[in-house]
Amino acid sequence: MPLPEELKKQKKDWEETTVRKVISRYPELKAEFVTGSDKPVERLYLPESFSVEEYLGKQGFPGRYPYTRGVQPTMYRGRLWTMRQYAGFGTAEESNQRYRFLLEQGQTGLSVAFDLPTQIGYDSDDPRAEGEVGKVGVVVDTLRDMEILFDGIPLDKISTSMTINAPAAILLAMYIAVAEKKGIGKDKLRGTIQNDILKEYIARGTYIFPPAPSMRLITDVFAYCSREVPQWNTISISGYHIREAGSDASQEVAFTLANGIEYVRAALKAGLSVDDFAGRLSFFFNAHNDLLEEVAKFRAARRIWARIMKERFNATDPKSMMLRFHTQTGGSTLTAQQPDNNIVRVAIQALAAVLGGTQSLHTNSREEALALPAEESVRLALRTQQVLAYESGVTSTVDPLAGSYCVEALTDRIELEVWQYIDRIEALGGMVPSILKGYVQKQIQEAAFRTQKDIEKGERVVVGINKFQMEEKRPENLLRVDPAIRQVQTDKLSQLKRSRNSSHVQDSLSALRQGAKQDAVNLLPLILETVREYATLGEICQVLRDEFGEHKETIVL
Amino acid sequence: MPSKKTRILIAKPGLDGHDRGAKFIARTLRDEGYEVIYTGIRQTPEAIVQTAIQEDVDFVGLSLLSGAHNELFPRVVDLLKENGAEDIKVIGGGIIPEEDIPLLKEKGVQAVFGPGTSTEQIVEFIEHGSGR
Repeated sequence: MPLPEELKKQKKDWEETTVRKVISRYPELKAEFVTGSDKPVERLYLPESFSVEEYLGKQGFPGRYPYTRGVQPTMYRGRLWTMRQYAGFGTAEESNQRYRFLLEQGQTGLSVAFDLPTQIGYDSDDPRAEGEVGKVGVVVDTLRDMEILFDGIPLDKISTSMTINAPAAILLAMYIAVAEKKGIGKDKLRGTIQNDILKEYIARGTYIFPPAPSMRLITDVFAYCSREVPQWNTISISGYHIREAGSDASQEVAFTLANGIEYVRAALKAGLSVDDFAGRLSFFFNAHNDLLEEVAKFRAARRIWARIMKERFNATDPKSMMLRFHTQTGGSTLTAQQPDNNIVRVAIQALAAVLGGTQSLHTNSREEALALPAEESVRLALRTQQVLAYESGVTSTVDPLAGSYCVEALTDRIELEVWQYIDRIEALGGMVPSILKGYVQKQIQEAAFRTQKDIEKGERVVVGINKFQMEEKRPENLLRVDPAIRQVQTDKLSQLKRSRNSSHVQDSLSALRQGAKQDAVNLLPLILETVREYATLGEICQVLRDEFGEHKETIVL
Repeated sequence: MPSKKTRILIAKPGLDGHDRGAKFIARTLRDEGYEVIYTGIRQTPEAIVQTAIQEDVDFVGLSLLSGAHNELFPRVVDLLKENGAEDIKVIGGGIIPEEDIPLLKEKGVQAVFGPGTSTEQIVEFIEHGSGR
């Protein structure tokens, strides 16, 4: 919408007289100002001409289409976001201790980090697991480990998010089996599995199987949960890792929503109807330092997803149109130098997430560019959320930055860029071909490369890295995972293998193999049988590797 | 000035998918005039060594952010030695705690570059063997 003539005239006058006079004596610090995503920022934003139709079309009311202003009518006045710190390391015993600590400190949901062998479907005794057991998350080889991990934790009262993708169906089955043993029904379980394989191919790397069977596993989860685990978020479509890999804000939203489109299509193709599963789709975004651009990003994402679901997929249930999301502050923005500065970065990023209307939040700890965080640092990160929630006042009104000339302009700009990317991906045949051709990876890499070059040239300031550096001692007492864990875990595993009924294990694995050969079979009940018999994650994944094959990376440089 | 014929393999051992740094280094070194080979994520030490020998590289740059460096970096050094390729220099980067660096060097890793390292520092090392 064009500016009203009178305002345009006045702006021109202001620029030519007032601004020019000042600039001639005191030039601005830079010739061009840009956002964190390297997009131009104007000196001053002015109101666009206002019409009721345009307001209702673009923003509307919270809890109403197109949800730009939030998915709930009262937002944080009704309920705060879930404070959910991603945690896990070492053995199930150690991680169980950390979860109990976090719950005691007032955290309101769990978020499980698994180690890389678990995420890629290798048991601890697999040669590929060397050096990796228990390092970036907790090790889970069998149901026994999950029983220990959730010991003493009331699964009917808390919600649990699990960052697991290629073997998501298996870990979900283990969670269900643990609940069964505690006498808790599937209908009581609340939580999320990440289950987002497309971004693994793009950015995160823990894929196992090729796209087609991977999409089948995902839609099997959608179908199973819609009947059996109705409160479970069956996927967390993640832009977080795309941003960490170096994308800008618009790319983060665009590639995430394009992945979302692909999952919806796959589910429709598998015979599900849109309103049966779309309400359980959830999202996961990053929060970087550019406060206003990040807030705009979250608002734009909600508006676009609502349009996609309503207009492209003809959803009718409002829940199918609502983009609900978790946010994590940006790991890649943290510096190993002067790590306490990270506390400030995290606070800004967390504020962006809250002003952007997040449903849950993880705040990073100060030393995460160096190591896994110690308890004290995790507590401080959680306290940052608590200060925002209880002291900052931004929770008292819904979508407080709406109507900011700048934030609305950024929201519109991001929306425009996102649609352009989505159109390009559609033109390439959708997300799977776009990934296999390396298009998406290339876009991200170009952005990452520019960012790093700008830092090296000093054009993008990172405090403590290319400006305001100082000599310092590296922090001590960083958390270390004991390398002996692999042996401990391997011993535990061989003991377990001796104690289980191996013919039952073999039977359950054979049944899974048969099921995997037929597309029409939902694999979830078969997987559930294997985990109940204490088949290992590696054994189950090996059956699926045999039947499905393995994905090979498209290398883009 | 970089010596034009220097060949460098940038490799990601272990299971972590954090390739942003590895790809940046690969591309930057290529722009600096080196011959750079990059083979993607989740490579075994055996595969890395095989590629290094086949491609007749001068340096292997290992990038790892998962914490498996103490096991996997020395394994690459040892395998090179076992295959008679001890002249290939191994350097590393990623999230490597300061206190692990002496041990890695003792085991034959020539240099370790942590977060915040500039391209210049790496080029300096490749050209003159000085730096970290």
